Amino acid sequence: MDVRVELRDIEKSFGPVKANAGISLDIPSGSIQGILGENGAGKSTLMKVLSGFIRPDSGRILLDGKAASIGSPADAIRAGVGMLHQDPLDFPPLRLVDDFVLGRPGGIGPERRSAAAELARLAGRFGFALDPEGYVDALTVGERQQLEILRLLWIGARVLILDEPTTGISLPQKEKLFATLRELASEGMTVLFVSHKLEDVEALCDRAAVLRQGCLAGEAEPPFSSEALVSLMFGKAVELAPKRRLEPGRSVLAAKGVCLESPRLRIQDLSLCVRSGEVIGLAGMEGSGQALFLGACAGLARPVAGSFCLEAEGLDMTGRSHLDYKRAGVAYLPAARLEQALVPGLTLGEHFTLAEGGRGLFVDRKAAAKLAEERIAAYNIKGRPESRIEELSGGNQQRALLALLTSPLSLILVEHPTRGLDIESTIYIWGKLKERCAAGSSIVFISSDLDEILQYSDRVLVFFAGRASPPLDAASLDVERLGGLIGGKGWDEIEGKAGRA
Amino acid sequence: MTGDVLIVNLAGLLASAAPLIFAVIGETISERAGVINLSMNGMILLSAMGSFSVALATGSLAAGFLAGAAIGALVALVVAAAGISLRQSQVAVGFVLALLCRDLSYFLGNPVMGQVGPRLPPAPIPLLAGLPVAGPLLFRQDLMTYLSLLLVAGAWLFLFKTRPGLVLRGIGEKPEAAYARGARVKALRYLYTVLGGAIAGLAGPIYSLSVKAGWKGSISGLDGLGWIVLSITIFGGWKPFRAAFGCYLFALLQWLGLVLQPLLPGLPSQVLQVAPFPLMILTLLLVNLGKAEWVERSLATLPGPARRRLSRVLRALNATPPAALGTPFEED
Repeated sequence: MDVRVELRDIEKSFGPVKANAGISLDIPSGSIQGILGENGAGKSTLMKVLSGFIRPDSGRILLDGKAASIGSPADAIRAGVGMLHQDPLDFPPLRLVDDFVLGRPGGIGPERRSAAAELARLAGRFGFALDPEGYVDALTVGERQQLEILRLLWIGARVLILDEPTTGISLPQKEKLFATLRELASEGMTVLFVSHKLEDVEALCDRAAVLRQGCLAGEAEPPFSSEALVSLMFGKAVELAPKRRLEPGRSVLAAKGVCLESPRLRIQDLSLCVRSGEVIGLAGMEGSGQALFLGACAGLARPVAGSFCLEAEGLDMTGRSHLDYKRAGVAYLPAARLEQALVPGLTLGEHFTLAEGGRGLFVDRKAAAKLAEERIAAYNIKGRPESRIEELSGGNQQRALLALLTSPLSLILVEHPTRGLDIESTIYIWGKLKERCAAGSSIVFISSDLDEILQYSDRVLVFFAGRASPPLDAASLDVERLGGLIGGKGWDEIEGKAGRA
Repeated sequence: MTGDVLIVNLAGLLASAAPLIFAVIGETISERAGVINLSMNGMILLSAMGSFSVALATGSLAAGFLAGAAIGALVALVVAAAGISLRQSQVAVGFVLALLCRDLSYFLGNPVMGQVGPRLPPAPIPLLAGLPVAGPLLFRQDLMTYLSLLLVAGAWLFLFKTRPGLVLRGIGEKPEAAYARGARVKALRYLYTVLGGAIAGLAGPIYSLSVKAGWKGSISGLDGLGWIVLSITIFGGWKPFRAAFGCYLFALLQWLGLVLQPLLPGLPSQVLQVAPFPLMILTLLLVNLGKAEWVERSLATLPGPARRRLSRVLRALNATPPAALGTPFEED
């Protein structure tokens, strides 16, 4: 099943933008090739060329030395190239076995039984717990990836492309994914691993290619040097700001004995006191209760019991609406930026006008334009006041969201502040958030990135199936311990400690 | 009412629901592929008029039915071309076509209005027709009524038990995923829209050559049925058997309106004529209860096994539209 992949001078432009400006890359079979680059570096375009989604303007693809004509995904499948997309391209309302079969050539009958047996066999081989008769929409993102990988194997993929596969999956799932990829590579599978996360590439890949602005900036082999990779990615060195300890001030939000219920989940007796200037990270597998709690802190979910007080104002906010919370200086930034936080179709400038409120019936165009220019410069947003918000990249949308926050704020609640962003944007976003902290705001955020939780939080709450840990000092945690807690291990110890304290 | 009368009435019900079934199954196939064909109301009128004219002119029932299917396919082709190739709003195009086809049928149908044409004869099945109860109920119908029953089962088999049917559901649910798996999304959408249109087009001749034989222009009593077809497609959850149940329910409600009228002399006749429509809406509401938040919440308080069983029932009842319904797809 060995296939050597060679890309020769791949060029692709979208309008005036050169997404790929003559990229050549050789990937030997049986290896895991990392493709690194910041958002918009051309990684996805290059992979879509290889998997038939995009036809390049020029350039050739050679598989095992022979020119391959890949003009559609169907051609790619025939050539043995399979791609796992960032958002799994599967069918949520279907049963796993139907999703598994869909698209595989064959006769009129789908032969569900043999397909289900095959799915169970492959799942067993890699230690995946997938029930062929279950529904896809009941799976986590990680499990959907597993299903998709098995499907690609089944239809005969010999080259496997993974586009940002570690976004949105848990740590144990990531470890399982990496083990699977290593096993496949050892059997001769050629794996292309696209990521903007250095640590993933360093942990997994046999070699790495770095793209920058549509060009191949360089290649590297292990042992990788993070500094060298970062400077290849950005053309300059980027440094993490040193962690600074803030003296916590007065209490901003006090949650006492909060119980929350959703159809799937029940959180009981959660107490938390957030002090001004403090950053609190909420960790846990997706759907463990952290999002429910964060929503409740913004008045978006009503507690069944317990109370929320914004104590600086001496305000009992229990059961009040989101609008009341907002007036009291609480801001909420949801993870679904384009769906829940921004208005697609409106321009960046119009967003600022909306957020500022202002008086009178008519928009003061001059003042609005000035405001937009100022904020765009202050937050380093790559866009113009008249750019529509959905045209911005994810990193710039997140910057815009931060720029839209009014001041002063007492509490900022953020869901996945840097999901899908490259390291430079991540550092920038956190720089801005930390500025807010220095000005006295507190931050409570959710992240599935353990390093982010440990790097930026002062205290951490771990959620597991609706159970919340007492606040843990971030300095006392490391990735292994936090990962264990997220997976439900080591709870006796922390709860025992809390009981004694 | 004696048993015999009841059976005759029920047999009539099966026959009068047949055109609805053809239209609803046709629309279901089209919508499952992701294309919403809103032209149904006008299209049925046009194909009823057109097939009657053709059958009258040629004296051939077969030619009439073929003409009906062709008109349905043609109108669907316009929706497909506008929606798939030109990327226009399927809703807007379908709506305009619904109005255009209706007026066209009244205008073009003037010459044949009120004429007596051929009529589809009953086709009792030998031996089986002699059976007690089942004979008069099921086996003394006409050809299209038999076909309507086969169509429901056939559509179900195709959609849920075959490989092409799985791909058909895939292109309506998430075309980009189907495309990634090698399906020719645009070509298949054309195919199923036109096929669905042709099947739905047969509803016209079933009315004008059988159930309500003849063409009487705007008093044919066919105007409005196309909109009911669209709502039954939704009520049917894009599933053939449920859709068929919806058709029979509507036919039953209409029939009840006729039967009850003499028994309730005090009631204005309009009430019973209109009653099937709000009743359909009510049923739709009841069937989709499982989606309501308070139902989910009260479910959560039940003990494990009971909750699982109940939520499975609610899930089966739930009608979720094909996710990509009405949206264009661009390969690339």
